[in-house]
Amino acid sequence: MLKLTDVVTYYGPIPALKGVTLEVNTGEIVCLLGGNASGKSTTMKTILGIVRPHSGTVEFEGKRLDGLATGEIVRRGISLVPEARRVFGRMTVWENLAMGSFIRRKEPASEIDQDIERVYTLFPRLRERAAQYAGTLSGGEQQMLAIGRALMARPRLLLMDEPSMGLSPAFVDQVFDIIQTINRQGTTILVVEQNAAVALSIASRGYVLQNGQIAVQDSAAALLAADDIRRAYLGEDQA
Amino acid sequence: MSDILSILPQQLVFGIALGTVYGLIALGYTMVYGVLFMINFAHGEVFMIGAYIGWGVLAALLDAKVGGLNPIWVLPLLLAPAMLCTGGLGMLIERLAYRPLYVRGATRLGPLISAVGASIFLQNAVMLTQGARMKVYMTNFLFPRTWRFSIFGTSISALLIVMVGVAGAMMWGLHVLVQRSTLGRSIRAVAEDREMAAIMGVNVGQVIGTTFFLGSALGGAAGVLIGLYYTQIDFFMGYSAGLKAFTAAVLGGIGNIRGAMLGGLVLGVTESLAVTFINPAFKDLVAFALLILTLVFRPEGLLGETLPDWKKV
Repeated sequence: MLKLTDVVTYYGPIPALKGVTLEVNTGEIVCLLGGNASGKSTTMKTILGIVRPHSGTVEFEGKRLDGLATGEIVRRGISLVPEARRVFGRMTVWENLAMGSFIRRKEPASEIDQDIERVYTLFPRLRERAAQYAGTLSGGEQQMLAIGRALMARPRLLLMDEPSMGLSPAFVDQVFDIIQTINRQGTTILVVEQNAAVALSIASRGYVLQNGQIAVQDSAAALLAADDIRRAYLGEDQA
Repeated sequence: MSDILSILPQQLVFGIALGTVYGLIALGYTMVYGVLFMINFAHGEVFMIGAYIGWGVLAALLDAKVGGLNPIWVLPLLLAPAMLCTGGLGMLIERLAYRPLYVRGATRLGPLISAVGASIFLQNAVMLTQGARMKVYMTNFLFPRTWRFSIFGTSISALLIVMVGVAGAMMWGLHVLVQRSTLGRSIRAVAEDREMAAIMGVNVGQVIGTTFFLGSALGGAAGVLIGLYYTQIDFFMGYSAGLKAFTAAVLGGIGNIRGAMLGGLVLGVTESLAVTFINPAFKDLVAFALLILTLVFRPEGLLGETLPDWKKV
């Protein structure tokens, strides 16, 4: 479904990705692990066209994405749940969801309303907060909203950047349950995480990024079992 | 003192009328600041060109000896071309003078200098093509002096009522557009987080262009209203009106649409009170003293919020 081949990306003169190759197949949950500044978020930004690759290709469903504007990439079926949520704080919950369906603005309002209902069913808390400004929500509620907003574009591939960041452990489990539910409903997911144990527990495969390069790739089970991965990303005490 | 009190209601009405027009111009400053975090100092000239276009249409109607001039159909005929042309001019200024700078990541100073350059260019272009002499709006043909209403003992001209009505309706229309439409939501999204707006599929360049169109069109409409009110216009009128409207935008909280409307009203009424209680010559002094006091004691303005460092001017 998504294929990155030898992608090289620069921030000014500094290389951020140094030949990243990875693949996500339809129906999978794939996990991208890595420490700080390893290039995880840059990979997401490159897929979405926010950062243009210097060389290499990004393909989605067999068609090249690199060089396209972000709006066009989103229209082709990819949505992002960004790091730190980044909901529109001065808009209400409902308006944030409506913004998520921006690319579908020519569709009948009833279709959009149906999808908002679906999001409310997935996150009943958002229904209660529909008229509240998103900036006044708790971190967990904002994460629900960020996921709901991304779903409003009806993506076939959902990119999730650090969905557990800043959330309480109980809420992290809830978020990952929801990610599995979304996946079961037919959305392919590429998730970037530092919380490797939880992410790998729901993923089918994983890639480990180090200094802008894929250092390891394997099935989630194999990565969970690998000693060096456990030491680097799960902490000795959890190993 | 009793003399002063007897003219006070009249002066307050003047202040409100002037204030709504200041608010209308201030919207252009505040909307552009909202999406680009820059002050469009060419906006005063856009206002001035709006006044010239309205004058041109009215003069053409009078030259053609069109009979039965009535504000009901003439006013839209003055406003529509002025708004369309100034809206287009605003988009052109953004495309030529600002976009080449901000897409290349220029510092905040670059577009500001470019704005001052665009302002000088437009002033001179109008002076060279229209002459340095002032033009006279034949307002009397539209709003005869006898068209006055007495409300609670205060005599108010029909023109003042129309000014407040037109400016108020435009502000209300903009408010509805920004709060309730998809376009309005995308303008607010770009103002809050440009990158996230793009990830939602919003064409950020197009939204910035549309924001310039809307702000400039309102400025153009304000030019026509001020032309009708003061009856004399010249190529330099955008300078002081622009500064006043900028003051109104800062007073209300730059970047805040409701703030611009409120700031305009407060400034208009304050000026009128200064004229009544102090001295008409002190009008500008009071207006700019208000700007300085706002910047010193409440820099976020009446309805504004404290901005993160990267959004500050």
